[in-house]
Amino acid sequence: MTRYFTQDHEWIDVDGDTATVGITHYAQEQLGDIVFAEVPSVGTQIKKGGDAAVVESVKAASDVYAPVSGTVIEGNGALEGDPALVNTDPEGDGWFFKLTLSDPSELDSLMDETAYKAFVNGL
Amino acid sequence: MADDTSTLELPLGDWHRAKGARMVAFAGYAMPIQYEGIMAEHLWTRENAGLFDVSHMGQILLSGEGLDAAVEALLPIDLSTLKLGMQRYSLLLNSEGGILDDLMVSRWPDQLYLVVNGATKWDDIAHLRANLPDQITLHHLEDRALLALQGPKAFAALERHVTGEWPLTALTFMRFGHFELAGAPASISRSGYTGEDGFEISIPATEAARIADILCAEPEVKPIGLGARDSLRLEAGLPLYGHDMNATIDPVEAGLVFGINKRRRESGGFAGADHILKTLADGPARKLVGFTVEGKMPVREGAEIFSGDTQVGSITSGGFAPSVGAPIAMGYVAATHLTSSLEAEVRGKRVPLTITPMPFVPHRYHRGAAK
Repeated sequence: MTRYFTQDHEWIDVDGDTATVGITHYAQEQLGDIVFAEVPSVGTQIKKGGDAAVVESVKAASDVYAPVSGTVIEGNGALEGDPALVNTDPEGDGWFFKLTLSDPSELDSLMDETAYKAFVNGL
Repeated sequence: MADDTSTLELPLGDWHRAKGARMVAFAGYAMPIQYEGIMAEHLWTRENAGLFDVSHMGQILLSGEGLDAAVEALLPIDLSTLKLGMQRYSLLLNSEGGILDDLMVSRWPDQLYLVVNGATKWDDIAHLRANLPDQITLHHLEDRALLALQGPKAFAALERHVTGEWPLTALTFMRFGHFELAGAPASISRSGYTGEDGFEISIPATEAARIADILCAEPEVKPIGLGARDSLRLEAGLPLYGHDMNATIDPVEAGLVFGINKRRRESGGFAGADHILKTLADGPARKLVGFTVEGKMPVREGAEIFSGDTQVGSITSGGFAPSVGAPIAMGYVAATHLTSSLEAEVRGKRVPLTITPMPFVPHRYHRGAAK
């Protein structure tokens, strides 16, 4: 399993042609207390860079973008009852959705963990 | 932390940064949006005491011959009943009855002390200078900071450091007095913007960091950012200028009739009186109301309100309410639809709304006789 990152602070774990998407620790820290998360329903076609999910803090609503294109196979139902999972375990239990990749070559433009760390340190 | 260089500094800018605040541009100043987090800061204030820096707000002293009559020509306030040591909420109105700002007015010896919103203070000052007669002197107190200490333990924390002609217990809600706070001259009123008991404290800017340190060293007190200030005031049902009211909204629509004192409602003679007295008699075309929101998705400013297919209003403030544990909102609804079933539209989805009396969290002002 390989983990990639985007400049919009999403992470994506890729296992064959399926992947899990969430937001990074840095992203949840910037957002603050998460009070609501809206995940895409199964079957939704998402396009790389398009809106895929919504995360709301006390202060504001923010979009979660699709790191790659594909078809949603599962949304994280646990976020409905406990949206704060995005704060407490953003890169684990606080994942947003799983999808099947439609174009794995899109992964080539994403960052690996080292590159993402350097990117965040430069912000 | 990199700050926008176009924003101005307030006396406590570096103090906030040293406390770990995340700074944002607000009303033209670099201000703290949060320290440890909005939720924790909000709940701390409801249980303990929070120190808010509101030095961006405008502090104005008016004086001169015929002061009361000159001010009554602009504000719908009855100054004949505003005695020394009293503070009152009022409204700065345009000639059409629209709200230019909401403000606090206190009677000082031979002077009136005004506290106005930060984002509107320059326009307010220009409006006052243009509309007050020449013999009235306007003094913008730019050399003073303004702190708000809010919460059920605010009194205990503040009292340890205050001396004065009267004990701090003499101050009840909407009263003010001049005191010494840790050796600095301080004008203190028992008021605030959270719905809790609390104080607003005007001190020399040069003393602000020292006093903020002294207050935050008290076990009851933590610094609180603008994020929690907004969620606290929303739960308290207190409208925010520029969001829940503006120059195209009159006080009757905004539910601020209490800001038009009784004598003025009867006799008029203030800016916008013709329009406002007519709205009072006929009833407003739309009203600011509070909403509880079905489900957990926050409904925020700008969301349109529908009755069936017809848009009948819009949300002016909304978000998650930490002490309620659910989303709440306020907004305007056409008077014809106040009993209709209403929905807000958020990202293409309809969310049922229920009109709810405000405040959402009961006020806990200290109105009683001195303890």
